[in-house]
Amino acid sequence: MTQRFPKDGRFGEFGGKYIPETLVPAIEELEENYLKIKNDSSFKKELNYYLTEYAGRPTPLYYAKNLTEKLGGAKIYLKREDLLHGGAHKINNTLGQALLAKRMKKRRIIAETGAGQHGVATAMACACLGLTSEVYMGYKDTIRQKLNVYRMNLLGSKVHPVKSGSQTLKDAINEAIRDWITNVKDTYYLLGSAVGPHPYPVMVRDFQSVIGKEIIQQMKKINKKTPDTVIACVGGGSNAIGTFYPLVDSDAEIIGVEAAGKGLKTEYHSATLSEGSKGVLHGMMTYLLQDKEGQIKETHSISAGLDYPGVGPEHAFLKDANRVIYRSATDKEVIDAFLLLTRTEGIIPALESSHAIAEAIKIAKSKPKSETIVITLSGRGDKDVEVVEEYVKNIKNSI
Amino acid sequence: MSKTSRIQSKFLELDSKNEKALIAYTMVGYPNEKDTLTVIRGLIKGGADIIELGFPFSDPLADGLVIQNASTVSLDRGTNLAQFFRLVKKIRQESDIPLVLMTYTNILYHQNYEKFFKEIRDAGIDGVITPDMTIEESKEYLRAARKHSVDTIFLVSPNTDRKRLEKIIKMTTGFLYLVAVYGTTGVQNKIQQYTIDALKTTKKAANHKIPVGIGFGISTPEDAKRFIQQGADAVIVGSALIKLVEKTAPAKLENAVVSFTKKLKNTTKRG
Repeated sequence: MTQRFPKDGRFGEFGGKYIPETLVPAIEELEENYLKIKNDSSFKKELNYYLTEYAGRPTPLYYAKNLTEKLGGAKIYLKREDLLHGGAHKINNTLGQALLAKRMKKRRIIAETGAGQHGVATAMACACLGLTSEVYMGYKDTIRQKLNVYRMNLLGSKVHPVKSGSQTLKDAINEAIRDWITNVKDTYYLLGSAVGPHPYPVMVRDFQSVIGKEIIQQMKKINKKTPDTVIACVGGGSNAIGTFYPLVDSDAEIIGVEAAGKGLKTEYHSATLSEGSKGVLHGMMTYLLQDKEGQIKETHSISAGLDYPGVGPEHAFLKDANRVIYRSATDKEVIDAFLLLTRTEGIIPALESSHAIAEAIKIAKSKPKSETIVITLSGRGDKDVEVVEEYVKNIKNSI
Repeated sequence: MSKTSRIQSKFLELDSKNEKALIAYTMVGYPNEKDTLTVIRGLIKGGADIIELGFPFSDPLADGLVIQNASTVSLDRGTNLAQFFRLVKKIRQESDIPLVLMTYTNILYHQNYEKFFKEIRDAGIDGVITPDMTIEESKEYLRAARKHSVDTIFLVSPNTDRKRLEKIIKMTTGFLYLVAVYGTTGVQNKIQQYTIDALKTTKKAANHKIPVGIGFGISTPEDAKRFIQQGADAVIVGSALIKLVEKTAPAKLENAVVSFTKKLKNTTKRG
């Protein structure tokens, strides 16, 4: 089931590299250099140093006793990626890629960002390692996540608001790719999710796999076996693939949760794997939300980080192979989950991660108390409190 | 391909007259359905040798602002494939000019390559340009195109190495499309030495087996002339024409396009 480094960049029929010819030499250079550092002990040592001393790894696997008792079923554990520097799992990947860029002697880093978490994590890694960074962000996202724009500016990164198309993550990726085509010689594109042309989906997965590897070690200590169930939210799918990949060959039940927005029956969701069809976007063959002529649809989610019409190709593969179950949670279920975790455990989760919590709430009760569920809490929710306040106010007003 | 395609015939015809080709790009559904035909009539009257019909895609990542904007306008006005086929039918009633479809992989893939290549061939399209299709991913795409005798025009870039250039040439029919600049469509710089070098390298690799067209950022007759002098078999003009359409009143559109096209076409005639 696991595909360590598919040579043609394909996970079954998904993945590949559908890119303008100008980028082909850059992608080949990246692949070559990634293969070089992948098993290089000095690189591993350097990355490990920054992950430990700078980012704060390993993160705890916290037993959510109150939530477990409240739900009255399987034991729930939270993989606390929200405690990492910057407040999300994104730093695992940005440190890895920024160190790679440095070895490739590329001094100018560009990135895209949705909610701003990847942009912030890129700005941090670049500030720390002495690289310059520029971040493309959909104009709409710069407004709903303006705090993150300010954080990036403070960290020395230049933010370019993108006003084309739907003015969200997908357009930010388009614009970053256009920049890369134009400045291909000296620029490194630091992609933030397990999407894009090969080798990005593999590389981002590998950098994020530290999440799943730690879960296995920590669970072994606690329970002498792998978890019975793991759950993670899926937008592009980087925290999810990092959680799932080391567990794909185990017996664990694996569940990815997409954003059902205002409901799968409406036009307002981002549930690509549940509702999408195969197609090509951003350099990869994968599932997409598209209309009957292959135009990409605008998506919706209460969480900007899941607001994306595509998904990482390895998720598309794992869905079709029936290894991972993909479900979804609506905005309302997500808010309820956000509030429940906040009140029972004193942990404010990101709205993205709250999708995974919503799924745990649905299934925990039906599972015996002897079983374990691990939820990857991919980020903290400070960035989301305004959105939640607004949502809760509107609901109160409409009652 | 056993039968000579319209594109091949056109290059042979021009060759016999000691002329090079002007390839003109316009966006389907821009500025609207009716005036797309007006623009195309102007291009034909002005002397364009081949017409590239851009079909809009929601995420045109190889395009600069001008064509991005035209795509958005066109899609907002409801442009769809039915409209594209209507347009091709109308052009074919008036002209035998070679027609090339330029769009992104997902539009073709979504229709199913096999079905779509048959449909566009039947409608009278002679070739396709797909800027996000690499030779590595092109197996089924090529099979369907060959089966239905549609030319596959691949792009090469100034940073494409010799070995890859030769591979791409093997898979290309009609003409080879050299991207002049590091950048998206419409990016205008002073003509760079690296572009001239790339043109020479590409021509050498093509070895007269396939014509080499150059495009991206060619906006004036002076640019066109320079590339023809440096050995290009065709110059491709897109964003500059879209800009002209953008700023011209509908009543004056055809004449404005004819006049600009003539100026461009003159540069492709020797002597």
